[in-house]
Amino acid sequence: MNTTGQPRTHIGRLFLSLLLPLLLCVCTTAYAQNEEALAEQARAIAQASLMKRDDAIDALTQVAHPRVPVILSALLEGNLYSDDEDENRILIERADGSLENALTGESLGTDIDTKRIPVTTRMRTQIRNILARLNLDSENTQTRYEAVQRMIKEGIDENNVELLKARGEVEDARLVNETIESALALYDLQSDNERVRLSAIKSLRGSLVGETRNELRRLRDYDPVPAVQEAAAEALESIQTKLEFYKLVESIFFGLSLGSVLLLAAIGLAITFGVMGVINMAHGELMMIGAYTTWVIQQLFPDQIAWSLAMAVPAAFLVSGLVGIAIERGVIRFLYGRPLETLLATFGLSLILQQAARTIFSPLNRSVELPVWMSGSLQLNPALSLTLNRLYILAFGLIVFFLLMAILKRTSLGLKVRAVSQNRSMARAVGVRASWVDAMTFGLGSGIAGVAGVALSQLTNVGPNLGQAYIIDSFMVVVFGGVGNLWGTLVGAMGLGVINKFMEPWAGAVLAKVLVLVMLILFIQKRPKGLFPQKGRAAE
Amino acid sequence: MKLTQLMKKIGTFGAACSLALAGMSAQAQEEDTIKVGVLHSLSGTMAISETTLKDTMLMLIEEQNKKGGLLGKKLEPVVVDPASDWPLFAEKTRELITQENVDAIFGCWTSVSRKSVLPVIEELNGILFYPVQYEGEESSRNVFYTGAAPNQQAIPAVNYLMNDVGIKRWVLAGTDYVYPRTTNKILEAYLKANGVADEDIMINYTPFGHSDWQNIVSEIKRFGSQGKPTAVVSTINGDANVPFYRELGNQGVSAEDIPVVAFSVGEEELSGIDTKPLVGHLAAWNYFMSVDTDQNEAFIKKWHEFIGNKKRVTNDPMEAHYIGFNMWVKAVEKAGTTDTDAVIDAMVGVKVPNLTGGVSEMLPNHHIEKPVLIGEIQDNGQFLTVWQTEDLVPGDAWSDYLEGSKNLIADWTDPINCGNYNTKTKECLGAEAAE
Repeated sequence: MNTTGQPRTHIGRLFLSLLLPLLLCVCTTAYAQNEEALAEQARAIAQASLMKRDDAIDALTQVAHPRVPVILSALLEGNLYSDDEDENRILIERADGSLENALTGESLGTDIDTKRIPVTTRMRTQIRNILARLNLDSENTQTRYEAVQRMIKEGIDENNVELLKARGEVEDARLVNETIESALALYDLQSDNERVRLSAIKSLRGSLVGETRNELRRLRDYDPVPAVQEAAAEALESIQTKLEFYKLVESIFFGLSLGSVLLLAAIGLAITFGVMGVINMAHGELMMIGAYTTWVIQQLFPDQIAWSLAMAVPAAFLVSGLVGIAIERGVIRFLYGRPLETLLATFGLSLILQQAARTIFSPLNRSVELPVWMSGSLQLNPALSLTLNRLYILAFGLIVFFLLMAILKRTSLGLKVRAVSQNRSMARAVGVRASWVDAMTFGLGSGIAGVAGVALSQLTNVGPNLGQAYIIDSFMVVVFGGVGNLWGTLVGAMGLGVINKFMEPWAGAVLAKVLVLVMLILFIQKRPKGLFPQKGRAAE
Repeated sequence: MKLTQLMKKIGTFGAACSLALAGMSAQAQEEDTIKVGVLHSLSGTMAISETTLKDTMLMLIEEQNKKGGLLGKKLEPVVVDPASDWPLFAEKTRELITQENVDAIFGCWTSVSRKSVLPVIEELNGILFYPVQYEGEESSRNVFYTGAAPNQQAIPAVNYLMNDVGIKRWVLAGTDYVYPRTTNKILEAYLKANGVADEDIMINYTPFGHSDWQNIVSEIKRFGSQGKPTAVVSTINGDANVPFYRELGNQGVSAEDIPVVAFSVGEEELSGIDTKPLVGHLAAWNYFMSVDTDQNEAFIKKWHEFIGNKKRVTNDPMEAHYIGFNMWVKAVEKAGTTDTDAVIDAMVGVKVPNLTGGVSEMLPNHHIEKPVLIGEIQDNGQFLTVWQTEDLVPGDAWSDYLEGSKNLIADWTDPINCGNYNTKTKECLGAEAAE
């Protein structure tokens, strides 16, 4: 305990030294003598070498001035600059890009040559710890939650326990409240009184905060009182059961989200391969085109990153759809009924499209920005958080799926598509323009591949090789689900996703992939037509 | 039947095309030039990294020609495209040496492409400059390794994390192929030698281009929440990095919680990534574009002028080619001829300035001296150097931490003249050591 106690009190002292002067500042109006100290320490931060800068930060926190936290936050976010011409002038960049004097907050416009004051991870940790106390009263729930988490990580001691107690009384967000309770109980675990320890263990029984387990494990193994040891062991077990449950929930979510990616990749193929019977090896490249469309949209409207995806979805559908129609009219329609040649021709096409992307956009990956609303995660409790981008893509995949269902079942195009795929000559006999329907169907499937590309641009690299990574998986899903059956594609994609994610933890990512493939082959041996085979004469 | 016929046709067509191209370039050239082979993939998966190196070589050769060429002759680049296809690397090497009569080849990126070139270059007695950091455990008389050996990248990075950051638990995550496997084997042995317990090391391999990192990141998060500071040592290659860092960011794992130090993420890779989720994570290299020296500034300026795009970045393998090319030029001048054996002998001991302010020397084991830099990723896609070795580190062909290679050294000078000399038994293992 002694060894860990040292840094704690050090940081505690730091907190105190920061906060006390701050409080004093509010009471007194005369901090003129501090102005000088502030200017001096801020300069020190700007001019100190990278290795010495953390001492300079410590020194700055000793200064009693309301601008101190402002300067620290700016440094943390990388918004602190020094003037190129006058090294002693320290500037802060505001959210709108204009500059202000770091010491006074006076606005300085935008046309000053500046040099960013770099900050390392070690300094970021240091500043965050200093700011955690202040963030405890932030208006943002996530910030408060993180502040408590950080305090727990640094260790709860007599310096910050009072603050947490005070916050706990006014806190109304459940997540933060529970974390504060855990923090307070963690503090009580250090008590000399075994009753306090016991009751603390009791209240920690359901806590999922990571540090709890470490503390309980320590008590279980080293506490002098056997009753406490037993209680700790018991609490650990109940926490473990809870954790196992959330781990299961998490695995299912991971599986479904992988499934939704597979679904998006495969659903276009389910139309072209499943309904039309065309083996389109260039399907992955149509996704790639969709992903590049997203990038182009972001380049055209650099100020509208938040809306870029909403614009990219229809754009990608159109672009990929048109390319698809061109492929159908230009190549595939001459090869109907000759699957081997279609396969080779489309494979060649896929190589051409890849190299075209290399020539047009360069072989380097393009950087597609994540809109802010796509990043981050939904923190349900300390042990379970669902990442937002995956949640959106899961929802998006399902929406696309049901839209496509509706198109096939409810529209006249859908009716014709089904008619042509079931009996081409009969459909033509009743007046359906089969070749037009072919082109439209292929365009629809290709367009959906483009839409999938938009989703993939948020998950992985946008580069010439994007399509290759998904083509095998897409075929796997369609074959597994049953050719010609959209529901089969849905169930197949989700099934493969979940199976994969349950197998990965114990088999490793490489072996899991192999096992899934082997299982799929065995399954196809048993049921050659997949999960949901087509029935009736149409299946012939 | 049909299929094989078609393949044959395609094959002959391709061969005819390349012959025609080769013929054209042969006609266009002057008689008296020194030919330099450039063996980098311009198509296929590796084009993303290797195209830049081809351009770097063209720039260096153009530069040298402006200075009056070499031995009074102009240099002439011969560019071939092995198309990220490993066996094709061997074929193209043969073509470069036997048909084009090049005097040196600069090329390869992946270890497997180097391994496929190795027997050809040894058989035909050529010279290959290999510019990428690699797993070591190799030294050929005909190859000069200007990239980092594990002791010039991986080991110093782990030392930094262990001593300066205080990391106690380690995740060794890599793509499933030879470089990460060997590097992780060396690192694991090194960590254990430094008293890290078995349960504090987690090793994870993923396939090439792995894109779904959800449960691996969640596993790392759990592994890191056991009360000991944890870091990830990443030998994850190429395209798999973007989804990995994105998942880390989305699951709320920041560089302050669990820093990731990567050996395959450089400026070039970062230029294709939205860098927000990566800020603060680390990379270990022997060169950063952000290094503030006069040589580097001049190099970047030349690069921008040559490529005609101010936004293009420079990176570590480019510096390796810069050093390697200058060393070769010096060695040829020293030998007074481009004869392979004379140049190979002249190479050892050649000293040229690198871009980070030091002077690198070619060592008898055909590796070079390099400084090791550790940088934090900034949101502009550049690195901020947070630590660097005081002196240059000599490259070590055979790791001191692996049981099988502990006693091995490589020395291509007399009297040893051997790529895998056992210092205990005092004998040269020859081809056996590859096992």
